[in-house]
Amino acid sequence: MLSWFPENISTYGAQLDSLFALIYYITGVWFVAAQALLLYFIIRFRRRPGVRASYVRGENAGELAWVMVPVVVVLALDLFIDYRSHPAWALVKEEFPADAIAYGGTAKQFNWAFTHPGVDGKLGSEDDVTLDNELHVPAGKDVQVSINSIDVIHSFFIPTVRVKQDVLPGRTTRVWFNATKPGRYEIPCAELCGFGHYTMRGFLVVHSPEEYEKWTAEQKPTPAA
Amino acid sequence: MTTEHSMTAPRELGKLPFGRAGIWWFLASEIMTFGGLLGAYTLQRISHGGWHAEMQHLNAYIAALNTLFLVTSSLTIVLAHQATERGDRVRARNMLWVTVALGIVFLCNKGVEYSIEFDHGYFPWTSTFWSFYFTMTGLHALHVAGGVVWNTCLAIAASRAIWPKVSHRVEYAGLYWHFVDVVWIFLFPLLYLS
Amino acid sequence: MSMQAHAESPAHHFDHPEPTTFLRKYVFSVDHKVIGKQYLGIGVFMAVAGGLMAYLIRWQLAWPETPVPGFGWVPEPYMYEGAIPPEFYNSMVTMHGTIMVFFAAMPILLGAFGNFLLPIMVGAPDMAFPRLNMMSVWTLGVASLVLIASFFMPGGAAAHGWTGYAPLSAKAAYTGVDWGGTLWILALALEFASFLMGGVNFLVTAINMRAPGMSLMRLPLLVWMQLTAAVLFMLSVGPLVAAAIMLLLDRTLGTGFFLPERGGDPLLWQHLFWFFGHPEVYVILLPGFGIVMEILPVFARKPIFGYRSIVWSTIAAGALSFIVWAHHMFVSGIDARLATPFSITTILISVPFAIIMFAMIATLWGGSIVLTTPMLFALGVIATFLIGGVTGIFLGSAAVDIYLHDTYFVLAHFHYTLFPSVILAGLGGLYFWWPKMTGRMLNETLGKIHFWLTFIAFNCVFLPLFLVGVGGHHRRIYDPYQYDFLKPFQPVHEFATMAAIVLILSQLLLLVNVVMSLMSGEKAPANPWGANTLEWQTDSPPPHGNFKTVPTVYRDPYDYSVPGAALDFLPQTHP
Ligand code: HEA
Ligand code: HEA
Ligand code: CUA
Ligand SMILES: [Cu+2]
Repeated sequence: MLSWFPENISTYGAQLDSLFALIYYITGVWFVAAQALLLYFIIRFRRRPGVRASYVRGENAGELAWVMVPVVVVLALDLFIDYRSHPAWALVKEEFPADAIAYGGTAKQFNWAFTHPGVDGKLGSEDDVTLDNELHVPAGKDVQVSINSIDVIHSFFIPTVRVKQDVLPGRTTRVWFNATKPGRYEIPCAELCGFGHYTMRGFLVVHSPEEYEKWTAEQKPTPAA
Repeated sequence: MTTEHSMTAPRELGKLPFGRAGIWWFLASEIMTFGGLLGAYTLQRISHGGWHAEMQHLNAYIAALNTLFLVTSSLTIVLAHQATERGDRVRARNMLWVTVALGIVFLCNKGVEYSIEFDHGYFPWTSTFWSFYFTMTGLHALHVAGGVVWNTCLAIAASRAIWPKVSHRVEYAGLYWHFVDVVWIFLFPLLYLS
Repeated sequence: MSMQAHAESPAHHFDHPEPTTFLRKYVFSVDHKVIGKQYLGIGVFMAVAGGLMAYLIRWQLAWPETPVPGFGWVPEPYMYEGAIPPEFYNSMVTMHGTIMVFFAAMPILLGAFGNFLLPIMVGAPDMAFPRLNMMSVWTLGVASLVLIASFFMPGGAAAHGWTGYAPLSAKAAYTGVDWGGTLWILALALEFASFLMGGVNFLVTAINMRAPGMSLMRLPLLVWMQLTAAVLFMLSVGPLVAAAIMLLLDRTLGTGFFLPERGGDPLLWQHLFWFFGHPEVYVILLPGFGIVMEILPVFARKPIFGYRSIVWSTIAAGALSFIVWAHHMFVSGIDARLATPFSITTILISVPFAIIMFAMIATLWGGSIVLTTPMLFALGVIATFLIGGVTGIFLGSAAVDIYLHDTYFVLAHFHYTLFPSVILAGLGGLYFWWPKMTGRMLNETLGKIHFWLTFIAFNCVFLPLFLVGVGGHHRRIYDPYQYDFLKPFQPVHEFATMAAIVLILSQLLLLVNVVMSLMSGEKAPANPWGANTLEWQTDSPPPHGNFKTVPTVYRDPYDYSVPGAALDFLPQTHP
């Protein structure tokens, strides 16, 4: 199962993947144990002539312990999963890096428009560059994208970065990430947004920092209308 | 036929009174529905900074008067129920008619209020506040209308031969009517006063 | 007070005589057994419709835009010489989900099994409010017709997903579906009304009309499950009714509840939908588990393990289900600080379910197990729900859900929970109670083949979908070829589709079995399985009024293999 993950190219992706793996192993052990027990009981306690089932009602403490002791372990593991989950969630969704490069984005049926900060590195200035369906970022830098929608709900999803955020009309939602590996990666829209939902595909283009500078300089500014 | 009789013979029964359980079930789901609306309204209101300006355009006097009518009608239906219990059919019928009348007055008043608002250009689609206002009071008014119809049926029945068979329904009608009243008790301050 | 006593007298409520005309007996019947069968008819019909839609969906996913075999006759603009356009695909997905959850699962599990069994199991002659019962099934019938009618409206049926997220659902222009979306809301509202009416019958019947000696802790577990489900449904559906009214007004009047340009809030819909949505999945799961818990003791010849623990865990899970709804909304744009509390409550819900699952498995220990068809289905439910349950834990972790949300992992998770509780448990229940319902036995060999085909094919459809979900495959995608990262997954889709075709075709075995049974099936004795609960202590099928005399209950529902007893089962009526 774990090998089916796409390549991870973000700084926090490994932490999220290891959390998945943790739950996978915990629940996997229980799952295998429960299935094995089920199968064993079915085979071991098949009807045999002359053998009557044992009259066990599971109402007294001694018998119930067979269920309740494992359940206490389940409870402990639950809390452990919660305990490990929270920091990962907080890292991705609560603690935004203060000095991230700011990008803007607008989603509509059925494409993305991403606004890049341009040469001066600041959003909302004359040299901003807005591109359809392409988001160019420098590798190894924290970036933050603030996106809204002009019609229905869309969802900004970059599988390789392990990030997803619904994009809503009437308000701005933010994501941050730090992509480490240059390349071109797909940004599917992950929320049903109409008949063209399946075509709503953007690209994340990660450049090495030098290349990114070169690329930015080459762009024609498209100031907001 | 014999099996029927043996099946309905006295048996160990639980504690839920049949009809009353039914009406309470219905009311509980109604409470959740209005609860959903009121909860949504309250949360939206907080996040929209209070909607104080919109609220100024509501007529709190008419609404206060309406509150009075509804609360009074809750009292009269209690009296109708008491009269039914005592077997005083005439008084029960009269009290039911008073309740019906008060309900109708409430609805007329509400209609006047709506028409004033329409005149001033406030419609359900004017803004979210007005959407909530018209939906909540409109749904409530529909409930009032339903109660008026039900109470009218009972009032008519009270002067007919079927009365002994249906008189217990005054209690259920009363429970329902109190519920409609209570919803208004929540709507009034949440919409008009705060 | 005298009048009061009259009003509450039960005789007043069910002294209806046995009907004689066809119309009264089979169409406008107030007999809970007939009503149960009517629910079964509606539910199975809709399940088959939902299954055929699944076939269209699967075909499109495996071989996009190629003609679907058998569907060349569908006119434009629905399909083009058998090929599916994107709008129709979205309608199919929406209707498949809506139909399966609201018009197949609930009618079969609550409507059919609840109605048919609950009164007999508690020893009552009928439901507490027979006429209300008739009204509820007819309301469901009308709701189903409204939903079906929505296909024939200009623009077709609703295409905003079974979750109806606003603003997509709030304005016709966004999907191009006009009346279809409005009728979708109306159909749901009618369905809710139907099951609200049904629920009060369950409650009052199970509390008031129990036979002498049937204390609450002697109720068969299915009754407990049905009761909990009915109460959960009643308490959770109100806010969704409110939301449906708002959505209807947004669509028709132009109010501003969910549309931001009119001042509304799209997230409001999601909160109201999921406040209902999560309890709803247990409304479906619990009756399914109830069926399993009736079957297990009979064919393990053992009392269920930990009856009381199961009852309390069920109630605890039901209560918890009201405070987990935001786990569907972790990345929806809600305040990020809300995620962790909801994540904790969600994962904690595994505790009551662990108790229930372990208790079911422990029931088998020391048993004398006979693998009849119903037993195979019951065991199949446990084996598959384990997968559905534990994958819920991945999704419950807010951090992991960032990536998994709205992927095929979620899809596989919920098919692994819904399919066992609806189809596997439903089929198990059908094989188990069919003799009681019709007075005829089903063929065991055919039944076993049906089980194995269904069980294996189901796993072949949905196990691989977990993998593509982990690969990032997002949901509700018309054509996976649009994405480079999905292209390697195409063989998985093809495999899953072939398995789905096998799965759907193997249901024909049920049809054959049922027809054979009705035409020439062996006559069923009153108690073919040697079971204890009251429904087996009366004729097959039970007479009008269910019992010839009021049964008296002396013992627990699962007294199997009591030491010293002559037989290995002691019916509840055994002194
Ligand atoms: C019958 C239906 C059913 C059931 C029973 C469940 C049960 C559970 N579900 Fe599921 N779920 C759905 C139907 C169901 N679900 C549907 C339809 C959706 C998608 C809707 C949509 O978007 O279209 C969904 C989506 C869904 C999501 C949202 C995913 C997303 O969209 O991002 C989440 C997240 O938390 C979730 C969690 C859970 C959990 C924790 C349980 C728990 O109740 C499971 C508890 C059971 C167990 C855990 C197994 C037994 C325990 C053990 C064997 C012990 C070992 C376990 C541990 C150590 C933890 N479900
Ligand atoms: C109970 C619920 C239920 C059931 C049983 C099923 C059954 C199936 N589902 Fe479905 N499905 C949903 C609920 C269900 N589904 C929901 C809620 C969605 C989400 C919709 C959305 O995104 O909006 C969904 C979405 C969904 C998709 C995703 C589409 C997408 O995102 O693009 C797919 C794709 O493969 C799919 C496939 C299937 C298949 C192959 C089956 C097969 O198992 C079907 C096999 C056929 C049958 C089982 C019918 C035969 C029935 C009988 C013979 C009667 C039996 C009698 C008794 C039980 C008494 N389903
Ligand atoms: Cu945008 Cu899906
Ligand atoms: Cu849920």
